[in-house]
Amino acid sequence: MIEAGILLLLCQLAGESLVRALDIPVPGPVLGAVFMLGFLTLRRGAPETLGRTSHDLLANFSLLFVPAGTGIILHAARLEAEAVALLTALIGSTALTIAVAALVFVGVDRLVGGKAGQESGA
Amino acid sequence: MNPQLDQLWVYLQANPLGWLTATLIAYWIGVRAQRAAGGRPYVNPVAIAVLLLVGLLAATGTPYQTYFEGAQFVHFLLGPATVALAIPLYENWPAVKRSLVPMIAALLAGTVTAVASAVGIAWALGASAESLVSIAPKSVTTPVAMGIAEKLGGIPSLTAVLVILTGITGAIIATPLLNALGLKDWRARGFAVGVAAHGLGTARAFQVNDLAGTFAGIGMALNALATAILVPVLWHW
Repeated sequence: MIEAGILLLLCQLAGESLVRALDIPVPGPVLGAVFMLGFLTLRRGAPETLGRTSHDLLANFSLLFVPAGTGIILHAARLEAEAVALLTALIGSTALTIAVAALVFVGVDRLVGGKAGQESGA
Repeated sequence: MNPQLDQLWVYLQANPLGWLTATLIAYWIGVRAQRAAGGRPYVNPVAIAVLLLVGLLAATGTPYQTYFEGAQFVHFLLGPATVALAIPLYENWPAVKRSLVPMIAALLAGTVTAVASAVGIAWALGASAESLVSIAPKSVTTPVAMGIAEKLGGIPSLTAVLVILTGITGAIIATPLLNALGLKDWRARGFAVGVAAHGLGTARAFQVNDLAGTFAGIGMALNALATAILVPVLWHW
């Protein structure tokens, strides 16, 4: 667990540092994930402890959004005043984005002749 | 109140331990509720946890800042968890490599749709200028979205809330919507949810299928990049 923690934090730290040093619009943790991918490629696989820790973290990924989500309490007044506009925009845009991205993915995949992705069943 | 109980309450309310514990318990209740409902997506653990915590903060008159002093330990793990996305990505690398072209096409279409439709609908319905800037990056993972909103004169903490509401919406509607569209490709399903609903969509995708979760993670990361570049450009233009 300690090893996994060190690896994850080191990658994030490297990502955050590089983002700041070069002033690029990439989120630090995303660049950290790229470093981690490089590490796994060099090592040809994840150490067992890293695999387990990552699995636990990702299994509870949505918990990590609860503190920021609770910040809704700070904006109750605005959300109430503009509820119709904001909620319609949120729901409409999210549905539209999911549909467009998925249909384009499948359409382009067919154009270039791919057919992977269904092997794990519907 | 009994003076000892009063002291206990002061301790719990002012100490990070109490609010950290409350955050975990609220989420645990949400997870149990979803399980009891047979895993149905509209019984969303994050929505339930947020409602419970907001109710608790309001009932006890606790400022959000005090709450966050405890909850920040959970919030902090967002970074390491994002790094951890590299592990399933590595494990599914062959499938990812085969899907580069459709991924890039879906990314461009998804990023533009997410920003344009959110701002367009909100504008048409009369949202304020500040709200328009704050809603533009709503499909991007929280820290990046807050950065974008801040740069453009939006309200970062409002953006954070809109981002999470978007994530909850995506996690709830993705499965029925994609089923209605008749899409069975786990790569396409996952990727679309990641682009539209960031980490919460990704969490949902991992619940349904591992390959979908991996592609959702990639969609989330690429959309954060694409939106961070695209929104400021579109705005000045």
